[in-house]
Amino acid sequence: MRKTVWFVVVGVLVALLMAGVVSRYASTKPDGLESVATRGCTVDANGQITGGTCMAQSERRHEVGGPLADYPVGSGIVGVLLTFAIGAGVFWLVRKRKPVQAETRD
Amino acid sequence: MHIANGIINLPVSLAFAALAVGVLAICVQRARHDLDDRLAPMAGLVAAFIFAAQMLPFPVLPGVAGHLLGGALAAILVGPWVGALCVAVVLVVQALVFSDGGLSALGLNITNMALVGTAAGYLLVAVLLRVLPRTTAGLGITAFVASVVSVVVSSQAFILEYWLGGEISLKMSLAQAAGVMGGVHALIGIGEGLIAAVTVMAVAKVRPDLVYALRALRRTPVKETVAA
Repeated sequence: MRKTVWFVVVGVLVALLMAGVVSRYASTKPDGLESVATRGCTVDANGQITGGTCMAQSERRHEVGGPLADYPVGSGIVGVLLTFAIGAGVFWLVRKRKPVQAETRD
Repeated sequence: MHIANGIINLPVSLAFAALAVGVLAICVQRARHDLDDRLAPMAGLVAAFIFAAQMLPFPVLPGVAGHLLGGALAAILVGPWVGALCVAVVLVVQALVFSDGGLSALGLNITNMALVGTAAGYLLVAVLLRVLPRTTAGLGITAFVASVVSVVVSSQAFILEYWLGGEISLKMSLAQAAGVMGGVHALIGIGEGLIAAVTVMAVAKVRPDLVYALRALRRTPVKETVAA
């Protein structure tokens, strides 16, 4: 069990490094779906649609925006910790409980 | 591959939200059986790792990038039920905090990436792990192939949704859209496959007991009699 805790700690550190540091060097180009969504339209240098027919024309602003909209620098750290906390929390709650006698030990 | 707000009409978006909630509830039920004290923190780690990996888009074509979706990777590491929930947790955090993927599109995105992606990935894993040699390389090849197929199938789920509820009637045919979507995502799938293969091989080297697919699908006959 203690070995698993160490494994998880190291794993989270790797994720923090990826999201916090390596992500600064990642591609900022539109992803696969975004590029398909603008297919058929002409797009200017700012990514604004100037004409044609394509999926992205009906796209609306995000409903709430969100406190860390569009991943500002450093937000990856928050995201990794938040995702880990929510994930581990949810999974801890739904996990299979040990028999009563084993549970009283901790 | 996050769908933004407004691409798919509201009725279809809500129908997929209902579908997603229903299937996630089944996942929670089935996950309960898999989740013990060891798998619960591991599942949190898998969710955090997928979130981090999604922040690393890689170029696939001039002007086009792609990032890992994570369904196949999650299925291998923590199983299909917990794996689908891991990807769903990532998508919920992204939609609520990072404005990545519309709120109205959350059901669509969960369906495509968490449910369809993980299911397709795990089906491949279940077959490949039984036929490929029981080596680390065999596990790596499994992760690679399952990832490529998982991403392409996910991309086709979007086409189905666009057929049902796309707001704009396109000049290109649906078959054309499916082809372009599938082609781009085959390339993204190759990138995802490499990341997933390296990741599962690394985990299998250090802690093979933490790889769900190895426990569930490569049980030796001796262990199986003990388990029964």
